[in-house]
Amino acid sequence: MSIFRLFKKQSSAPVARERLQVLLAHERVSTGNDLVQLLREEILAVIAKHVDLDNERVQVKMDRDEHVSILEIDVEIPRDATKQAA
Amino acid sequence: MGKVIVVTSGKGGVGKTTSTAALGAALAQRGDKVVVVDFDVGLRNLDLVMGAERRVVYDLVNVIQGDAKLPQALIRDKRVESLFLLPASQTRDKDNLTPEGVERVIGELKEHFDWIICDSPAGIERGATLAMRHADIAVVVTNPEVSSVRDSDRIIGLLDSKTVKAESGERMEKHLLLTRYDAVRAERGDMLKVDDVLEILSIPLLGIIPESMDVLKASNIGAPVTVADSRSAPALAYFDAARRLAGEILPITVPGDKRSGGLLSKIFSRRAA
Repeated sequence: MSIFRLFKKQSSAPVARERLQVLLAHERVSTGNDLVQLLREEILAVIAKHVDLDNERVQVKMDRDEHVSILEIDVEIPRDATKQAA
Repeated sequence: MGKVIVVTSGKGGVGKTTSTAALGAALAQRGDKVVVVDFDVGLRNLDLVMGAERRVVYDLVNVIQGDAKLPQALIRDKRVESLFLLPASQTRDKDNLTPEGVERVIGELKEHFDWIICDSPAGIERGATLAMRHADIAVVVTNPEVSSVRDSDRIIGLLDSKTVKAESGERMEKHLLLTRYDAVRAERGDMLKVDDVLEILSIPLLGIIPESMDVLKASNIGAPVTVADSRSAPALAYFDAARRLAGEILPITVPGDKRSGGLLSKIFSRRAA
């Protein structure tokens, strides 16, 4: 990657595109419609019933397509964090 | 019954008013009966861009509050016979726009016009949400620049949740109008390309308006760019966009791109509205 950069002048548009994609995937969740907020909270609540959730280790993203939106919830579960099933 | 279009963007200064005037005039130049409505109460500018600033007597707020009848407030364009303007108030503030009042005025306009084009104020406050509230179609004006794309994404979220169409479970028809595009800079990698913006926002493309001196010249003399110089590059792009709004299927060309009409435009034409 860095070798190619030596030969090619760095262009800024790909950086803009990358930054926007990352930012918007997260913003769509926090500023999106009420349904998305509700889904996010309830899904996380269900998971929290069974494992200790560390908010730092939860990634919530939303991708938008022309016809559907995809809510992506990435939860990192440490092996030893599993609560005993009641 | 007429169709209601909202021209919106979230961010200011991207070309909403220019696009409202140009699309409205282009549709009227085809013979359709068109009214352009300024929703930017307190900071009106559509009258100035249309060259009708000295002819404003009554405005949208007067009609909503019952101080004037709709025909008294409508201003007929002096160049394009079937084009009308409903100006915003310059002295009142946006709190004078009531949801019921806006609904009544839009309903009345729909009976008399083929197209009602609402020029939204910037932001996501009351004026902007009322401008989009009754729309059938949204034209999301975006510059190939990070803050504009971000704000457009936010507006798309609002169009899908806070409009009458969205609330009644229908799909809001949304189109991207990419303005101030510079094909040379995009090709050099210094500006987001058309397909970058399309991929991020995921709505169909209505048209690409090139960055051009002709737009400023048109606003200087107070004419929509399609009227001021109908052969200029931005005017041609707006005429095509208007035809697409009216349902025609046209290949999209990238203004200023040598490959226009080639592979690139074929790719975009698949995505065209």
